[in-house]
Parts: sequence; C-alpha cells; structure tokens
Amino acid sequence: MLSRDEKERIEAEAGRYPSRRAALSEALMIAQEARGWLGDEALADAARELGISSASAESVATFYELVYRLPVGEHVIQICDSVSCWIRDGESILDHLRERLGVELGGTTADGLFTLVPAGCLGLCEAAPAAMIDGEAYGGLTTEKLDAILDGIRGRKRGDAAQR
Amino acid sequence: MSVANIIVDGKPYSIEGAESKNLLEACLSLGLDLPYFCWHPAMHSVGACRQCGVKLYKDEADARGRIAMACMTPVVNGLRASIEDPEARAFRAGIIEWLMVNHPHDCPICDEGGECHLQDMTVMTGHVRRRYRFEKRTHRSQDLGPFVAHEMNRCIQCYRCVRFYRDYAGGKDLDVQGWHDSVFFGRTEDGALESQFSGNLCEVCPTGVFTDKVQASRPTRKWDLRTSPSVCPHCAVGCSTLPGERYGELRRVRPRYNADVNGCFLCDRGRFGQAFADSGDRLRHCLVKEAGGQVPAPREAAIAAARAALSKPGAIGIGSPRASLETNFALRSLVGADRFFVAISDGELALHRLMRDVLRAAGRRVASPREAELSDAVLVLGEDVWNGAPILALRLRQASRNAPNETAMREKRIPAWDDAALREAVQDRPGPFFVASPGPGPLDECAEASYRAAPDDIARLGYAVAAFIDPTCPAPEGMGEEREALARRIASALMRAKRPLVVSGSGLASAALVGAAAAVLSALVAAGQDARICLVFPEANSLGAAMLAAGGLESAARLLAGAPEPAALVVAEADLSRAAVRGDGPSLMALAVATIVLDHSPSATSREADLVLPAATLLEGSGTFLSFEGRAQRFIALRPCEFPVQDGWRTLDELAAPGREPRSLDGILAAIASELPELAAIVDAAPPSTFRMLGKKIPRGARRESGRTSMHANLDPRDPDPRLDPDSGLAYSMEGAIAAPPSLLSRYWAPGWNSDQSLHKFQSEVGGALRPSAAGEGAEIGARIFGGETGRAALRELAFGGAGAGAPGIPAAFARRGDALLVLPRRFAFGSEELSAKSPALATRIPEPRLFICPPDAARLGLTEGASAEIRFEGADSVPQVLRVAISDLPEGVAELPWGLPALPGAPLASWAAVRPSKEAAR
Repeated sequence: MLSRDEKERIEAEAGRYPSRRAALSEALMIAQEARGWLGDEALADAARELGISSASAESVATFYELVYRLPVGEHVIQICDSVSCWIRDGESILDHLRERLGVELGGTTADGLFTLVPAGCLGLCEAAPAAMIDGEAYGGLTTEKLDAILDGIRGRKRGDAAQR
Repeated sequence: MSVANIIVDGKPYSIEGAESKNLLEACLSLGLDLPYFCWHPAMHSVGACRQCGVKLYKDEADARGRIAMACMTPVVNGLRASIEDPEARAFRAGIIEWLMVNHPHDCPICDEGGECHLQDMTVMTGHVRRRYRFEKRTHRSQDLGPFVAHEMNRCIQCYRCVRFYRDYAGGKDLDVQGWHDSVFFGRTEDGALESQFSGNLCEVCPTGVFTDKVQASRPTRKWDLRTSPSVCPHCAVGCSTLPGERYGELRRVRPRYNADVNGCFLCDRGRFGQAFADSGDRLRHCLVKEAGGQVPAPREAAIAAARAALSKPGAIGIGSPRASLETNFALRSLVGADRFFVAISDGELALHRLMRDVLRAAGRRVASPREAELSDAVLVLGEDVWNGAPILALRLRQASRNAPNETAMREKRIPAWDDAALREAVQDRPGPFFVASPGPGPLDECAEASYRAAPDDIARLGYAVAAFIDPTCPAPEGMGEEREALARRIASALMRAKRPLVVSGSGLASAALVGAAAAVLSALVAAGQDARICLVFPEANSLGAAMLAAGGLESAARLLAGAPEPAALVVAEADLSRAAVRGDGPSLMALAVATIVLDHSPSATSREADLVLPAATLLEGSGTFLSFEGRAQRFIALRPCEFPVQDGWRTLDELAAPGREPRSLDGILAAIASELPELAAIVDAAPPSTFRMLGKKIPRGARRESGRTSMHANLDPRDPDPRLDPDSGLAYSMEGAIAAPPSLLSRYWAPGWNSDQSLHKFQSEVGGALRPSAAGEGAEIGARIFGGETGRAALRELAFGGAGAGAPGIPAAFARRGDALLVLPRRFAFGSEELSAKSPALATRIPEPRLFICPPDAARLGLTEGASAEIRFEGADSVPQVLRVAISDLPEGVAELPWGLPALPGAPLASWAAVRPSKEAAR
C-alpha cells in the first residue's frame, strides 16, 4: 500500500504531463524512496495510481538501473564501469570493493549494509575512476580513499547523504 | 497515387502508390529478396533490427553511397539503391551475426523449425559460422497458459511481439523488460496471456520464442502437415483459416491471409477452438434408440429407418446457424421450404431478418472488415464486438487511429508506414470513435467518448445522431441536454469524416438498435457521406440460415402441434436446448413422432434422438458459410470422411431422393443458385470441383511430406490408394499443381521463404490482396451477395418502421419496471460459442457464470460481490437460476447474464427478471 503522502506526490507529478503515463518514472522513484527498493506490490500500486498495467510499469522499472527490483542494503554503491573509468584503472577499484565487501556486482553484504552495483556512466569522466554512494559522487578514487569513505559511511543511516 | 521510378542494383523499376511505401516494401513487392525482422506487413516499420540495410546513392555520380535501412526509406522518384553491394551485404551479415550471438541453435527441437523466419534470414544472409565463443545470456521462460509456449532464449529482440500484443491488439499483460543484452519479453509473472489475440504471437514472432502450445503436444513440421483452405466456424466474421492435419488428427489452425476479412490474424477462439472436431465423443456411428437407449446401427438400417420415418407427410426440418448453407438447403429441400425452420427463437430470427433487410438495402455500403478498418469515424451501437466478433474488433481498434494518424501524417509529414513515429506523435489521443454499450469493454480505451445505457437508450442516442445529421429524420423526445450534446458531437464527427462507419448487431437482441444503426446510415447517405455499416450476427452462418428458414423454433412447434397427424422432426447440426426458447426445445421433440438428428458432436438434442446420423465437421466436409457481411466463403475438407460419417448435405440429399446418387457439392450449389437467386453468388465463392491448374489438382500435402506410404502400415503395409475429393479442386496428395487461386491456396511457401512471411510472394504487392491466378480466378476470397446501390428509402423505412416491416421505430426511454431487472445476454470470447467451448485448451479459459449487476441495484437487492442470487425470468415457469453476483459498471435496472456458456445454456435473450438473494449455493 502506498501512503497518502506518496499518492499525493504521484498525483502531483501526473498533473504535470498531458498523459498520466508520463509520470511513471517519478512514481516509481517515489514508491522506492521510503522502501529503499521497489517490490512487486509497490510496483503494482504505483502503476495503479497512474492507471497503467503492471507489465507496462515493470517495463520501465527494469529499464532504469536506479530502480531496484530486489532488496538493497543500507547503502548502495554504484561503481562506474564506463570506458573513461576503465582507462583510469577502475577495474582495480571494483576488485578492491569486491574483496573488501565480499560480494559480486549486484550483491549485498551479509550484514545488509552495502549493495554493490555497476553504473553505465556517472558523467564524472574528468574525475575517473568514480563511484556514487547513496547519491553522493566520489571521484579520483584510490583503494585508500575508498576505504576511508566506506569507513566514514559505516553506521550512517540511509538518506543521510541525500539530506545533507 | 504517385508513381516513382527507382533503380535497384542498376535495374529500373516503376513503383505505383510510392507515397505509401518504403523501400523494403517496394523491394519485396518487386520479388527481390531482402532480409528483415522488425518490419511486419500489418504493423509496418520501426527501423529497430537493422537487418534490411541497403546502399543508397545520391545520384548517378555517387559511387560510394551510404548504408540506410530500407524499411525507413521513403520511395521517391529517382531513388537509387543496391541490395547486392558488398558493403551492404557485409553489413547485413554482421547484423545477423550479432542477433544470433545468444541464440541457442536448438532448431531440431524447436517447434518453429522448418518455418522459421530467423532460419530463412540467416541462410539468406549467408551467416553459416559462429565466431562468438563466450557464455550466452539465458532467461527463465514463463508458463503463458494453455495456448502459447514461451522460450525466451531464442529471442533476437525484434520487438514484434510487444508491438503486436500491446500496441496493435491492446493487450496489457505482456511487455518488454530489462535493457542492453538482457531484454526479456513476457509477463510480470507466470500466467495465461489475457489477450484473446495471443495466438498470433506464434506467427508474429520471427523465431521460436512464442509457439503454439497445442501443436507442441503432438509436434509436426510444417512440411508434414496437410492443409486446406477453410473458414473459421466460431463467429460470423468468417476469417479464412489454414487448418493442418497429420495422421488424420487436427494439429493446428493458422490464419489464412484474406485481405478483406482477417488480414494476417486470427483470434484465439478461431485458432484453438476447432479441437472439437477431434473430440473423443464425436458422433462417428449411426445410432438407433432402443428400449435401453441409443445403440449403434449399420448405416443401411439407419438410412432405411430414416426413410420410413420421413415417408409420412408433414415432416419438419430444423436447420442451424452453425451448419453450412448446403446442409441447411438440403434439409430445406428434403422437408419443403415452408416446413424448414432454424434452431433459434422466432424473436431472434425476426431480428436476423431485419438485419438481413438492412444489409440488403445498404447494398455496397455493407462494410467488409477491411473497409471497417479503413474508417475514420466509428459509432458502435450496443454491440459487444470484442467478444462477439473479435477480428472485427481488432480491425476497429486500428480504425480508431486513422484520423489522428492522418493528422500526424499531414502536420508532421510522417509517412504512413512509420509506425513508431506515428505512435509517438499520436500518443493515446483517440480518434472520433464512439462506443455505446451497457457495460465497459476493451474498445472503450479507443473511444473519444463511451456511453453507458440500456439498449433502448442506446438506440435513442443513435436515432438522435441520425436526426442531427438529417433533420428530416424524426428525433427522439426528451433526450436531456447532456445526451443531446453527445449525439450532436457524434453526428458532427461522422459528418466530418471521409469514411464514417456505424456498427451494431444482434448481441443485445434489440431490433431498436438495428433500426437506429439503419437510421444513422440512411441519414449519412442522405447527407452525401461515403458511409458504411456493419451488423454483427452471432454465428458462422446465422445470415445464411436466416435467408433460408421459414421460421424459428416456436413456429416449428406450432406447425408440428397443428399437424393432422404426428410427423417426424429432422434436426441438422443443432442443439435445440441452446436456443433462447424456454421449454420449447424438449416439447418440440415430444411433439414429433420421431426425431432424426444429423450432427458431428453429441448434444442434449442428439442424446434424446430416435435416430442419429453422423455428420462431417468442416474439417472432413466442404461447404459454404455466409458471413455477417454477406460474404459467401467456401471451406474445403482437410481430411476425408471416415465411413459412415458424411457431409450433412450429402446424407440429407440421399434421404431426399432414394435411388438417385446424392448430388455433389457443385450440384447442391447450382440448385441453391437457381432456387434462391439472391444467393447465386455462392457458386463463385470458390472454383468448382472440376477446377484444375494446367490439368492438375492442388495438393493438400507439401512436396516433401514424409511417411506418406507408411503412415497406415500398421493397418495395411500396401501403399494406400489416394482418397478422392469429389467436391473441390484439391487433392489428398503431395503431388499436383504448384500454384493455386487465392480461394484454393492451401499453403504459403516459396524457395528460401519457409515461414508465413512468404506471404508477400503470393500478393500482388505487400499488404495487398492475393495475386489472382493465371486460371483467371479473382483476387478476392469468397463472393459477396450484397453490393447493389443503397436503397435510401428502404433503409429509412426499415429504421423507422414503415408498412409493418422493419424496426419498431424510436423506442421510449428505458424505464425500470418496479424491482425487476432487464437481464441482457453477455457474450464471452471463450465459452459463449458452442463448438469452440468443447476444445480442451479453450475450456480452461471459460469464465465461471456470474450475474453482473451495478452497485446501486446490488445495494437495493441486498447483494454483494460473490453472493448467491436467484434469477426468475418473467413469464417463465421453469426453475429459477441461482448464480453468484459480480458487481459491474452497468446502468441501473440492467443486469447481464453470460450467454451460451456450457454451464448455462439456453438463457433467454434480454428478458425482465426478478432477482433476489438466495440461500442456495450458486452453481
């Protein structure tokens, strides 16, 4: 069930377009915000709000990498795997993360703290290799720098970064 | 129509109608082989797969050229292109190599194998060696229900499935998921595909992602199927079908291309409904009733018994809207025209005759399904086309886009074939499409406005529309401001249109609705509009039966009851218990001294009969149906009859003239034409049995059919004699002519084109009619009996009730009758039609019978969703029915009851009933 506040926010988004369907990606993000991820029920609820089918909403939800159709950890690490980051040895950053967290891409740590996912491109080529954690961008990464960032994040609540 | 002179690979060609064609269509129409995937003749271009890349050159001096997609290239004068250019060839080879990267190469176990567009295109492109040596992406496929099997790993991401299912047919539960190299086409979870057009995915998919699950239970390659041109028996649209058999069993039904009727598609009722013909309980022997019940009897004895029963004067014949014209006519000849009736109520027959009269007066303005699709403004008056005539509904869905598409084409200069651009430009904006019906339906989403009302109020809306268009028409009184505004809006939309269409039918058993449709047509004609009409009949040959019968079942009972001495009753291919006549079915049989039933499938009627003679289904017999537009179409036997089963008409003819050889199909057709001149065109529905192509018959089998001589080796090791077909120009053989006229075409195949996509090799031009044969037969399939000038005065008289004939005229506004509800028949795509309901795959999709009522009525009557309700029809002394309630969006005072479901046969059409809560559990 979507909360009244969520429904109102979706309704406000829908009002901005000639076709209600156009507000779908916003609706999905609104439904995901409080839950951290978008389950089948939340997806169907968001679709129903806009009068479209679950299949249609699923189509959009599975297209965008920022919509999580499986539960994610407290903090989501998006590691850029675009060509610029690759040239700047982004793979070693990724390998370090895999090792440190003990998860593969798409995995969540056993303590439920971190989820590691790839990002197509973060638009941070000038600061490659780059990552985004809880919506905050980090560039010029080295394994040491990354360790410091993760140590700092440990214990922080989800959404703290976004609110700052 | 503009003509463009183009050059392809150095050769000049002249392309007619160039403005509506792209280069791919032009090349295919010219007979040039150019591989493609995402383009489809009915769904046009999106330019997604990149497989049809060709070289385009600026001018004569341009030697380099550039690669462009043929399907996205308009055909303009002076266009220079090359298919054979080495760079273009290399480009296409690269594309298919990429598309094939994840393909599992499981052709030997794939049901698409041997008729796979992907196989054909791979061979055509010359991709013979796989260089990719890494892991393939794999998907978990889904269970999509009883009709369609799913194997996602074969997918090449052409998107045709969602473009058909979602965009073209309006399905909501199949879509594309994911991105990049992990794209998935399916449902959000396992479950039966909801759309009644789902079976078309089998042909729309260029490979084996979506295949026919029913066929998969007994896999058969295309080349091992014997096929014959047939007509769907499951509704009045008369779609052309191509059933296929092996070892005498029906293996599948596919759409047969018919430009005027069903185009490339078929609904799931038509595709999966014909399994009734292979049902284990088929009537395959003569049965004679004895003290202990019916027992098998030798055919000679049964025929002798029938002759004895018919030797007394006054026998009565009951024909059927699901039997061929030939069977109905042979029965009529046997008993006499004035003693031949049809197995529907007098009321239904009167309505069907009114519809016949309107169509007759409308003449050339009777719309074929293709013409319906070309309409740019549509008014649907009451008829549930979606469930009653699915392919017409699919065509109307496309029609709803015509006006907005034309605007986008004009304003944004988008070509007609650029499907993605047109859909982007139009979005969900509906065209001038209006649906008036008691309850909601899937066509509502195509409509600019929907109107929910009782049949009489819908008819009044129609009459009001007519009066706005032609002020000399009487207008209904007291419409109220809102409804009047809607009527004015519809009228002006129909007047602005170039090709307006009005649709109604017998679905709600309302003569007023048919009258209103006639009124709208006559008004539009009077105003000089190029208008059309569609009137939907309930069954495959309802119109044909209505043209032959002297009356319905009540009239038959009256005649039988008043006869000086008891007479026999002959029932041909009908179950009297299904007719909307309360109690009269059994009483009719009780009145007869003996009842003889000819049928292929057992029914309540055949089980009570004194004598049962087994009849052929349309898979073993040949004959003609008259579709809702008056198109006579021939179905030709797929397999021979096994003794003592025989065409109904042949047995009846045998009974009519002892001692004489029964007539052939040609003989019966000639007799129909001479006795009923209006039906004379049925002779031309297909070539006669003497038809030959260069002296040869047309084979039902493919030239590489396997096992032909050993198929019956378990019975007799000798090579069997070929079975003869006395009724058509087709042979039970793999040998014979290599070409056929459109109405006898028994398969689509061309060298290099093994799939249904070979269709374009049989068309004059892509998307158009089939190419007429060298034998001089026409391009059209079937022959239309209506087509004269429109009788405006006659139409008007029928609409407003002239000299005792025609519709009752403008009805009074619907008024509730105390606590009673007007119970209307509601048809379901699956279950409401008698024969298809016997198909095992389809039976799983038949809904549970419910009584549909609106929330205010439910509250008033103390009923809630799922509660048991007792329904007692007015004037009926039979046991009240108890059904569960479903709350539905209906007008107050109106309820709906499923019509014709196997669990609920013989419900009256549009009757008042008292409804109250019941303590009894619902059925």
